[in-house]
Amino acid sequence: MAVLVYTENWDGAFKKQSFELVSYANAIAEMLNVPVIALSIGEVKEEELLKLSNYGADKVLKVENDQVNTLDNQIFTQVIGEAVANENASVVILAHSNTGKALAPRLSVRLKAGLATGVNQVPVTVEPFVIRKKVFSGKAFTHVNVKTPVKVLTLAQNSFELVENKKEFNTESLSPAALPKAATEVRSTNKQTGKILLADAEIVVSGGRGMRGKENWDPIEELAEILKAGTACSRPVSDEGWRPHSEHTGQTGKIIAPNLYFAFGISGAIQHLAGVSSSKCIVAVNTDPDAPIFEAADYGIIGDAQKVLPELVSAFKKMKS
Amino acid sequence: MKILVCVGNVPDTTTKVRFAEKNTKFDTNGVQWVINPWDELALTRALELKEDSSNPVVHVTVATVGRAGAEPTMRKALAIGADDAIRIDTDPEDSSFVAYQLAEVIKNEDYQLVLCGIESSDYNGAAVGGMLSEYLDLPSVSAVTGMTFEGADIILSREIDGGIEEVSLPAPFVAVVQKGIAKEPRIPAMRGIMMARKKPLKVVEVAEAETLTNMTEFEMPKPKPPCKMIEAENVAELVDLLQNEAKVL
Ligand SMILES: Cc1cc2nc3c(=O)[nH]c(=O)nc-3n(C[C@H](O)[C@H](O)[C@H](O)COP(=O)(O)OP(=O)(O)OC[C@H]3O[C@@H](n4cnc5c(N)ncnc54)[C@H](O)[C@@H]3O)c2cc1C
Ligand SMILES: Nc1ncnc2c1ncn2[C@@H]1O[C@H](COP(=O)(O)O)[C@@H](O)[C@H]1O
Repeated sequence: MAVLVYTENWDGAFKKQSFELVSYANAIAEMLNVPVIALSIGEVKEEELLKLSNYGADKVLKVENDQVNTLDNQIFTQVIGEAVANENASVVILAHSNTGKALAPRLSVRLKAGLATGVNQVPVTVEPFVIRKKVFSGKAFTHVNVKTPVKVLTLAQNSFELVENKKEFNTESLSPAALPKAATEVRSTNKQTGKILLADAEIVVSGGRGMRGKENWDPIEELAEILKAGTACSRPVSDEGWRPHSEHTGQTGKIIAPNLYFAFGISGAIQHLAGVSSSKCIVAVNTDPDAPIFEAADYGIIGDAQKVLPELVSAFKKMKS
Repeated sequence: MKILVCVGNVPDTTTKVRFAEKNTKFDTNGVQWVINPWDELALTRALELKEDSSNPVVHVTVATVGRAGAEPTMRKALAIGADDAIRIDTDPEDSSFVAYQLAEVIKNEDYQLVLCGIESSDYNGAAVGGMLSEYLDLPSVSAVTGMTFEGADIILSREIDGGIEEVSLPAPFVAVVQKGIAKEPRIPAMRGIMMARKKPLKVVEVAEAETLTNMTEFEMPKPKPPCKMIEAENVAELVDLLQNEAKVL
């Protein structure tokens, strides 16, 4: 028996999310008294793989193969499924990311394993296997009882603390059985560079319709730069084309859980809060004292975002210097 | 080419969530039911593709797993423009059960493209689309934000961490779509509502299947302490609180 965790890499490197996953896998493995196997797919150097053992991986299983250089859901499902079978894993953990959401449901069917998605804590009990997760876009929680011998989980991003747990570095290669030709053909990839990704950001600076137009976003960008933060927006802002769709947070956009979320000129509609209410701390700036955002916020300023933003920029600059 | 759009029937997003039977059941009293928001966008995009005569799409079907209570939602999908509807007559138990039911219906038909939303707004499974593709042993693409034709080829944009990738793959396959796939959901017009009454809505019997999970109880989140207000002239205080009280900087 084992806990198997799939740690995705980005151009051969891991990031905080990967170490969160291993820390989480290790916490569950301790409850079950079994080892942690971290699975890495694609080319990654030894010194990078070694980092996984610092967070509790007893073994790092690597798959390097020409067929896995781009994401094809069927091929990746086959590879992970094979690793799970070889290692006799009873719990399989992926990130609740684009990739994890694409693969975990397929794996669940392939392995006849019950699936619980977007979890953010260790199981309440392991026998029976009951785990808590958010439902109704954060308006409530449920306890999911996973009834099958093998369980598949996806871990919500930025929801589990990193825990260092150094284990001896052990690596093994897995050569998957003959893989079919990938159905998915990648024609082009267009990556933003140099920006902090919303899913990775520990601080997020966000603007709503109260920002009144795309030309007013400079101070938001500036504040984000000072705080090494990601930028986000409400839905009408992306619908208007003031900001890209990838920044839209909320029920129909991205669901994020940064340590700190700034909401400038956002009313705090229930659908917006669904995407940001798991933030550890919310700061709201709004001209309307009755705006619902103040019910969700930890700190609030009643005022004009155009006036408050530059002052915050200089206050944070001062703090940083 | 025929497209199938899987649509869930979910409580309106402004619903006040309550539970009954000692917090073991969602209380459906007074709930307004709607098409799951992403499914509405998926349907909108499918119809846009069909209406452009340079594309090979000729037919759009919607399918749901649900009891008779889901019919108004199906009629709305027909009113928006779907050609016909299928309802698999059972309660949507867990996601693998729902995916299995859909797969049983799809495997005997010739849909070239199956569209699912990224998640249901009630139980937030983010699971049915991927599960369905595995049951059908079809390729799948997730986090799809755009879909166009290039002759007979389907080109999809999918969101990857920090960017967008354009991919293509041969039909049939399952696309799991999200925000961006269509600009805004369509609203049914009077004519559409009239026509929807005459469109076929087929009811299919449930296939035997097991569930792999069940929800044992529900809880409401703990109430939050009130928001601390800071004077607009005093942003330095906010910086101090974030640093020393909330400790998030
Ligand atoms: C099915 C469905 C799904 C949805 N999904 C989402 C979603 O995922 N994400 C999302 O965000 N929305 C979503 N919405 C829309 C949501 O209901 C709200 O309409 C939206 O969040 C409002 O955006 P906003 O707060 O930017 O704009 P508004 O509601 O217009 O609020 C603007 C705010 O700015 C304040 N303001 C005005 N001027 C200033 C100023 N100078 N300085 C400071 N404050 C100022 C106003 O007091 C007001 O509170 C969804 C809606 C539906 C029906
Ligand atoms: N009861 C249902 N009937 C038909 N399709 C569904 C049903 N539930 C979920 N789906 C589809 O699966 C997607 C993901 O749902 P879920 O896995 O429940 O979060 C939805 O956006 C729908 O496209």
